[in-house]
Amino acid sequence: MADPRIGIIEERLKGVSRIVAVSSGKGGVGKSLIASTLALTLARRNYKVGLFDLDFTSPSTHVILGVEGLQPKEEKGIIPPQVHGLKYMSIVYYSGEYASPLRGVDVSNALIELLAITRWDELDFLIVDMPPGISDATLDVIRLIKRIGFVVITTPSRLAFETVRKLIDLLSELGIPIMGVVENMKMKESRFIQQQIEGRGIKFWGDIPFDAELEEAIGDVNKLLATQFGKKVGEIEKLKV
Amino acid sequence: MHEWALAEAVISTVSQIAEKEGLEKVAEVEIKVGELQQIELDILEFALSQLKTLKLKNAKFRIKTVKAELKCRVCGQKWIFRKEKMNEEIAEAIHFVPEIAHTYIKCPKCGSPDFEILKGRGIWLESVRGLR
Repeated sequence: MADPRIGIIEERLKGVSRIVAVSSGKGGVGKSLIASTLALTLARRNYKVGLFDLDFTSPSTHVILGVEGLQPKEEKGIIPPQVHGLKYMSIVYYSGEYASPLRGVDVSNALIELLAITRWDELDFLIVDMPPGISDATLDVIRLIKRIGFVVITTPSRLAFETVRKLIDLLSELGIPIMGVVENMKMKESRFIQQQIEGRGIKFWGDIPFDAELEEAIGDVNKLLATQFGKKVGEIEKLKV
Repeated sequence: MHEWALAEAVISTVSQIAEKEGLEKVAEVEIKVGELQQIELDILEFALSQLKTLKLKNAKFRIKTVKAELKCRVCGQKWIFRKEKMNEEIAEAIHFVPEIAHTYIKCPKCGSPDFEILKGRGIWLESVRGLR
């Protein structure tokens, strides 16, 4: 007759002012790094921030944040642990270091379960690190979280933009707010992406140069925020508007 | 008490259904609970009794457990999930997110993690009856 979990999701998110999906049609464009850095930046500016890693088959934000040995508290649901000032939720609390080979239906079910049982309480921002593509997780987030807005990440590559463009067109067609588009890993001057984005009437939030030092900062949030990448993400003020 | 969160979900959804179907009072709610999620029925029942709204005051909750039947997508083998065979940490991870079964459970015949949960995954609302 009915999946009772669906009916509680809105209630679980009612204390969250803004829900932001950091998404891309393409993998490997820096979604998780941008999602984590945005969340950390906002937390350091005294906002109450949650970070939810929805990339169930390839989670990586725990590596970026250097999270080890933490578990959520169980109290009438689950309460995400505080990590560097963020409420942080990821499937790795349960899957550990092992592979989670999930088909679409399993991704949907795990997503619904975690949305139904996680208690975020009051937050100014819930940043959601999305898996790449426009399959189950993206469609479910659109279906289940009515107030979600998307920040779309691309690289300058036409190959990346070919699929990112499809995500943008899909979201536009469905009337889902696209807050802005970020061009990551920029290596030379080009206005191609900006023109493509602005030509669609969507806000271009800026570009982030390729940062060769970034890899060294993974796992250390202070180092991460001090990189050129971290500083550039910190300049994305538009998220607060 | 993760069961409490699921009980809240049941009460919230039953209330939404009662509202939609114009029920004045809810008399009976049938719930199926899949064994894969290893829900503690005592805690679930207690939570349901504590969370009842006015409309659900006299509602009877009938809870049926359903064995978790798994089927390998590679070789077609079917088997039943048994908690007793799990170590406690893994059983608890599956309790919170049943899909974690794919991380730790393999087909007993061919060893593949690519199996289908045919039935008995988690909590499901089977029927809501009441007076209009």
